[in-house]
Amino acid sequence: MTDERITELELKANDIRMSIIDMLEDAGSGHTAGPLGMSDMFAALYFEIMRHDPKNVNWIERDWLFLSNGHTVPVRYAAMAHAGYFPIEELLTLRKFGSRLQGHPERHALPGIEHTAGPLGTGLGQATGVATGLRLDGKKNHVFCMTGDGELNCGNIWESAMFAGHNGLSNLTAIVDRNNIQINGMTENVMQLEDLVGKWTSFGWHVIEIDGHNIQQFVDAVSQAKAIQNKPTCIIAHTIPGKGIKEIENEFGWHGKPPTTEQEQRFLKELRTLRGKIEATHSQ
Amino acid sequence: MINIELKLHTDVFNLDALDAAATRDGFGKGLVEAGEKDERVMALCADLAESTRAHWFKEKFPERYVELGVAEQNLMAVASGLANYGKIPFAMSYAAFSPGRNWEQIRSTVALNDVPVKIVGAHAGVSVGPDGATHQALEDIATTRVLPNMIVIVPADSEEARKATLAIAVNDKPSYIRLARAKTPVFTTSETPFDVGVPHVVYRSENPKIGIIACGSLVYQSILAAEELKKEGIEVSVMNLSTIKPMNEKMVTEFAQSVNHIVTAEEHQIHGGMGSAVAEVLVQRAPTKMSFIGMQDRYGESGSPDELLEYFGFTKSGIIKHIKSQLS
Repeated sequence: MTDERITELELKANDIRMSIIDMLEDAGSGHTAGPLGMSDMFAALYFEIMRHDPKNVNWIERDWLFLSNGHTVPVRYAAMAHAGYFPIEELLTLRKFGSRLQGHPERHALPGIEHTAGPLGTGLGQATGVATGLRLDGKKNHVFCMTGDGELNCGNIWESAMFAGHNGLSNLTAIVDRNNIQINGMTENVMQLEDLVGKWTSFGWHVIEIDGHNIQQFVDAVSQAKAIQNKPTCIIAHTIPGKGIKEIENEFGWHGKPPTTEQEQRFLKELRTLRGKIEATHSQ
Repeated sequence: MINIELKLHTDVFNLDALDAAATRDGFGKGLVEAGEKDERVMALCADLAESTRAHWFKEKFPERYVELGVAEQNLMAVASGLANYGKIPFAMSYAAFSPGRNWEQIRSTVALNDVPVKIVGAHAGVSVGPDGATHQALEDIATTRVLPNMIVIVPADSEEARKATLAIAVNDKPSYIRLARAKTPVFTTSETPFDVGVPHVVYRSENPKIGIIACGSLVYQSILAAEELKKEGIEVSVMNLSTIKPMNEKMVTEFAQSVNHIVTAEEHQIHGGMGSAVAEVLVQRAPTKMSFIGMQDRYGESGSPDELLEYFGFTKSGIIKHIKSQLS
């Protein structure tokens, strides 16, 4: 990718972050840290990597994206709105009565949401089901599954990992948002996950570790995943929860709460400044 | 007398004349037929291919058989993905484990997600026999029927299980079918009508005081009980309520209005099962005195299927005893 293209995607990520802050403050509840941390990857997925068509959401040639950590859905809603799935103003209906933007995503509520999610640990199994079906039919679509790291506590994840590894589902890429926090604290204090690379490798996966805020690294990792034959790929994306807003970064207390109105104004200002920095870097 | 419109076996009271087969066998045949009719039909199994009869499908369509290993939660999640993609997956295990162990996956990835996964719960009821209480699912009707979008079917015999399997293969809805391990008399025929949501009065008396609403193997035992009670001057009618959800409220209400007392009979806990579902309807539409044949809030135990069915009152004699006690 050219520097210009990377900057374009970084600015998209910044727009997504601003929408996340805006919608969560308006909703008055929801998860802030995870979505901010995943914004760079979502900008890359929706604006660079995935084959998809906002005007034809059930396009048979589309790539599938499962969001196993369904509580981070504001990042998906924001990316979808910016990609043209629905008007950006609709983001402000998040979590409100009658909204298509349910607190946790609902398959039937909003076109383009592939599956109902929220209860952790079940997205990867559903993604392996789609990957199995696609392979049986000889289709080339790729299946992505975003997971949190806290949800790797769930047994169902490892049942799915074993199944995908056993069947060599090379059309499946799992992306672990390795931000080291979960509700009760740091992941390694709540329930040790490391050696994570060793775990996925031993389940028969090709594993790539990246900086989840480095869009070039993420795009390259996905290219590599698509080139690996006979194995599913797990991209362990090291991210900073709350990335982009200093006050939220790395604070597990921000896992499940929204910004107040006062905080919203400060955070948006910070993101606008960040936007300036990204543009300044680009113009140098 | 037997309802002749239903074209049941012509010698229905003669046990020697009837074939004996388990509902899992009828399911296994139905699944192969469904697979022949529609190539989207797939079989997913959690390490129980022979006892769920999934292996018949596997032999015929090996590429459409998916092995999950002993991983019932993943069985349901993968089935959800396949159904979401456009396949018609039948997901098989023992009812004790599916919907037993994986109920939350059923709730969120199948029922709330509203994808047409067909959940096949084999070895339900005490008639599992010597394996004992751990393997005798007695709660599965309650845990599946409580879920919006879910269809719940308990076939009365092997032939009805075959037809029910074909019916849910094309209904485009999340569906649960409950199967038994033990062989039981096959009293329906290929000509007996079956439609999801349509119960049948299989045995009619002229002036019945008691109406039995039964499902599973209890339907045939209720027919035998009704015939014997007739000889003693006690008139009983019997309804086969194989579709528990959606409940045909109209037909159940009309049946209840034709009698003074409804007895429900099922190989399931009395709490939350088919009897409770009937009570929910009747208390609103036609309050009727009711009593419940089922597991009386306890678990099963080891023994032969016949011993256990007799002990827990799931036979002709148990039904007769129950009805006489209600009349006295």
